[in-house]
Amino acid sequence: MNNNKPKIGVYVCHCGVNIAKTVDIEAVRSYAESLPYVKVARNYSYMCSDPGQLLIKEDIAEEGLNRIVVASCSPRMHELTFRKTLAEGGLNPYYLEMANIREQCSWVHEDSEEATSKARKLVAAAVAKARLLEPLEEKEVEVEPATLIIGGGIAGIQAALDIAGAGFKVYVVEKTPSVGGKMSQLDKTFPTLDCSACILTPKMVDVASHPNIELLTYSQVEDVQGYVGNFEVKVRKKARYVDIDKCTGCGICAQECRLAGRIPSEYEAGIGKRGAIYLPFPQAVPAKFTIDPESCLYLTRGKCGKEPKCVEHCSLGAIDFEQQDEFVEFKVGAIIVATGYDVFDASRKPEYGYQDYDNVLTSLELERLVSASGPTGGEIVLGKGEEAFVPKEVAFIQCVGSRDASCGNEYCSRVCCMYTAKLAHLIKEKVPDSNVRVYYMDVRAFGKGFEEFYDRVRREGVRYIRGNPSEVFKRDGKLVVKAEDTLTAKPLEDEVDMVVLSVGLEPRKDTREIIDLLRLSQSSDRFYLEAHPKLAPVDTATDGVYLAGCAQGPKDIPDTVAQAKGAASSALILLASGKVNIQAQISVVNEATCRGCGYCVEICPYGAIEMGEVNRFGHIVSVAKVNEALCKGCGACVAGCFSGSIQQKSFKDRQILPQIAVLGVVK
Amino acid sequence: MNTELQNFIEKYDLYGCIQCGRCTGGCPVTVRTNLNVRRFVYDSIDEDALEELAKLPEIWDCTACSTCAVRCPKGLKPLEVLIGLRGILVLEGQVEPTVRDALESIFREGNPWSKARATRSDWMEGLDVKVADPETEVENLIFVCCTVVYDPRVQVTVKNLVKILNKADVDYAFVGDDESCCASEAFNLGEEELFEMMVEDNTELLNSFKAKRIVTISPHCFNAFKKQYPDLKAEVLHYTQLIGELLEDKKLEFTKELPQKIVFHDPCFLGKQNDVYDEPRFVLSQIPGAELVEFERNKERSLCCEGGGGKMWVESDSKLERLAETRVKDAHALGADVLAAACPFCILTLDDALKAKGFEEEMKVSEILEIIGDLLEE
Ligand SMILES: Cc1cc2nc3c(=O)[nH]c(=O)nc-3n(C[C@H](O)[C@H](O)[C@H](O)COP(=O)(O)OP(=O)(O)OC[C@H]3O[C@@H](n4cnc5c(N)ncnc54)[C@H](O)[C@@H]3O)c2cc1C
Ligand code: SF4
Ligand code: SF4
Repeated sequence: MNNNKPKIGVYVCHCGVNIAKTVDIEAVRSYAESLPYVKVARNYSYMCSDPGQLLIKEDIAEEGLNRIVVASCSPRMHELTFRKTLAEGGLNPYYLEMANIREQCSWVHEDSEEATSKARKLVAAAVAKARLLEPLEEKEVEVEPATLIIGGGIAGIQAALDIAGAGFKVYVVEKTPSVGGKMSQLDKTFPTLDCSACILTPKMVDVASHPNIELLTYSQVEDVQGYVGNFEVKVRKKARYVDIDKCTGCGICAQECRLAGRIPSEYEAGIGKRGAIYLPFPQAVPAKFTIDPESCLYLTRGKCGKEPKCVEHCSLGAIDFEQQDEFVEFKVGAIIVATGYDVFDASRKPEYGYQDYDNVLTSLELERLVSASGPTGGEIVLGKGEEAFVPKEVAFIQCVGSRDASCGNEYCSRVCCMYTAKLAHLIKEKVPDSNVRVYYMDVRAFGKGFEEFYDRVRREGVRYIRGNPSEVFKRDGKLVVKAEDTLTAKPLEDEVDMVVLSVGLEPRKDTREIIDLLRLSQSSDRFYLEAHPKLAPVDTATDGVYLAGCAQGPKDIPDTVAQAKGAASSALILLASGKVNIQAQISVVNEATCRGCGYCVEICPYGAIEMGEVNRFGHIVSVAKVNEALCKGCGACVAGCFSGSIQQKSFKDRQILPQIAVLGVVK
Repeated sequence: MNTELQNFIEKYDLYGCIQCGRCTGGCPVTVRTNLNVRRFVYDSIDEDALEELAKLPEIWDCTACSTCAVRCPKGLKPLEVLIGLRGILVLEGQVEPTVRDALESIFREGNPWSKARATRSDWMEGLDVKVADPETEVENLIFVCCTVVYDPRVQVTVKNLVKILNKADVDYAFVGDDESCCASEAFNLGEEELFEMMVEDNTELLNSFKAKRIVTISPHCFNAFKKQYPDLKAEVLHYTQLIGELLEDKKLEFTKELPQKIVFHDPCFLGKQNDVYDEPRFVLSQIPGAELVEFERNKERSLCCEGGGGKMWVESDSKLERLAETRVKDAHALGADVLAAACPFCILTLDDALKAKGFEEEMKVSEILEIIGDLLEE
């Protein structure tokens, strides 16, 4: 191939009507034809389509083209597509330059003439740069055939089982003492009313026993270094103060603990109690006890009676107050973030009286109340002892903390309509003479079997009242829901025994931790941001890091499982191919002029630059060195370097300055 | 049609409404009047209907408590639709004479009570009061509400405030003769133009002093300065916040006992609209011997007394129990000796209700300043 003299092909895309309806395609094409070094200029309805790409490949072969300019959409959209086209046509893929005449022209300008004139300029600028492009080689690195999964809810569990099942090593890191996540707290699951524990427990057990899975519970990721295919991970295993090799899970310690039944249980969503030494729930995996350092008398005060009860009663000597946090380190090729969600804190809407009234519950608390494994054995009773009673008049309030700008959550939480239908059904089933009403603003029953389930629950006698309540207060000892029935336009005050707040799903409060570790972004709803909302819903902007489950946004269990399988598949593609190409458009340091100031080291957000030494005319001097595997080609160092000693491949000064000059920007 | 009217959709973001019903659900006056504010948000989308809607008497039942706006999940201010409709009538001169007089008086005399501007500082007579001058820096510039200045029932609040400020050696100065109405009630009555004019004049006046903070007696002035006066330079405080500070810093102490049961009623413009819940309670809690009790409906869930939103000048047709009466009844049921509030409108409204209920012998309605002014060492 003759690369000496540039022979440029320009391809102007219509993008259906996306570009063509505003930009005069023919005007751009004929103008391109007149530019220096341009051998052919063509237009086509969809350049990214097969026939569109074929045009380029044929011209490379027949016209001897050696540089290609595609005037179409953003490089973010199709740069990779066209690089592949070049490669298939026998050209180095980096001989491609794109002019973005969609996002930068047709989508943002209404005036056709101006849009066309801007499109011409962008094409001319791209042509100016294209003739100066250089071929680049993509380096390949090996992929460590292992995956880290952060979070052991249903999302993490499913992804772990899939990847392990495909024969690769998986490390699951779960913060709490057991895997299972929120699903383990649910009683039945909509819309099929499967018992949550019955379908979840087997999977939890599988995760613990799978030979390819290493389960690290009560643990937390401390540090992640490296890059796609080669992450180095450091995990802190928090001290349980119980030797898990000795502990058989018999539970005598928990019965005997001086604080037994006195500490609010996380698993019971606060409505049940545990001791300082505890198993979160009977089916917990691993079935090993943990001492809560925040409540344990011995750990907080150095003394628990004469001898701690747990020590006294554990015949196996498993209690170990000397235990320290441990650190484990390992390498993985891929990471899946499956950290789930928090339920909305109902005290942030004080008008509903959650913090003032015992009989105002959140839906998660109700899940525990109706659950056979919950604190009341599944009986719906409120109050204690003498005051205990079965609530007959029950009101659900929908959208608490969702679709609500007044508390900063504008999104719909997607599961509350359906879990409310489920919980309303369970109340009707357990207390047949109860009157259950649901105060709603819209019912969203979009999933498979959802509308049918909603139909069923209404026909069971659950009343749906269209109006989102504004307030809950007490009058003469009774809870009063203040609302409007918007269908009859009647304001009302409804006296009830129990109010259930259908709380929404929120990003976890510790979201920041993972962001800092993995350099993830958040979308406007504060959940983790996917690489593309439609076409890359499980990928992130960090190569090799994927998302699964509610960490990416509220979703139900079917969607969570589907997405977990998607994330597993993405990770598996990487692991199975065993190799990954790393960024070719990286920075290079001119060691002859670098002054060794080290400023770039500070600037680089990826930690890709270190200081090294070279021998310059007999003197050992310090210069910047780029770690090619870590460099993402962001260009920050280039812009920051005081002596102009760093250049980024494909974006060298001598390549982009002529491009800028064509745009009419005078230096 | 007037361009004002065509602006309704955009001005009040009417298409943003999802008809959830929280506004009407929370509206306190629905238990006694026909007002359904959600319907007005819905119906006002049809600009041809505006004239008719403005004729519905219930648009005058709104107390501007803003519960609807605080609760709206989409950030609308439903009450402002009602105010917009009132505005149509104001433009056409179709308002009650009482309303017309109040507005005219604000325009001419700088107060809604048809009192002569020249008498604004009469209350100072015989008192040792510091008045601001533009040359001298001052930490706290005190702004007195028109109602406090002219209404004999509540004038005692400002007199007591002077006592307290002098006693605690506070760096303060009153605005003085040039002081004019904050015009928050002009806004609520629908007279937006007058309101804008007053905002401009008052901003110029208040910015002409070298003050760090402006302290108001009425929560209505407080709210207006905070939310509707974008160009004010000084920080805005309610007097309960200032007194709270003095107590906390031990610059002020209540020395006399008041062995009484006190229940505090949250003024909507202080509580719901500005989240000032703790300071008034803190001030009351510092009274030796007093026992503080709470309404069932308190703080964010407090019940409006119906004193705001121009209600001083418009009577509702409803014959049902007034909310202020409900409030007085609840306070009585709690066994309270004193029903306290920190707002001149609340005091006037609750006092009327106290009389209507015939509880004057057993219970008192008192402004916080009224209570604490008597608890200082002479
Ligand atoms: C009241 C209620 C009822 C519901 N009912 C239903 C139903 O009937 N049917 C249905 O389909 N869906 C239901 N859902 C939704 C369901 O709970 C979720 O779809 C599901 O739990 C999502 O799973 P997940 O793994 O993404 O998140 P989670 O269940 O939240 O799991 C996340 C896991 O990650 C761990 N973790 C978090 N951060 C870290 C970290 N930094 N390091 C290590 N580990 C970490 C957590 O401890 C947790 O174990 C309901 C939700 C609620 C609130
Ligand atoms: S609360 Fe807001 S969104 Fe809901 S009906 Fe009222 S104005 Fe509309
Ligand atoms: S401001 Fe208060 S009284 Fe007026 S409509 Fe809103 S909630 Fe009702």
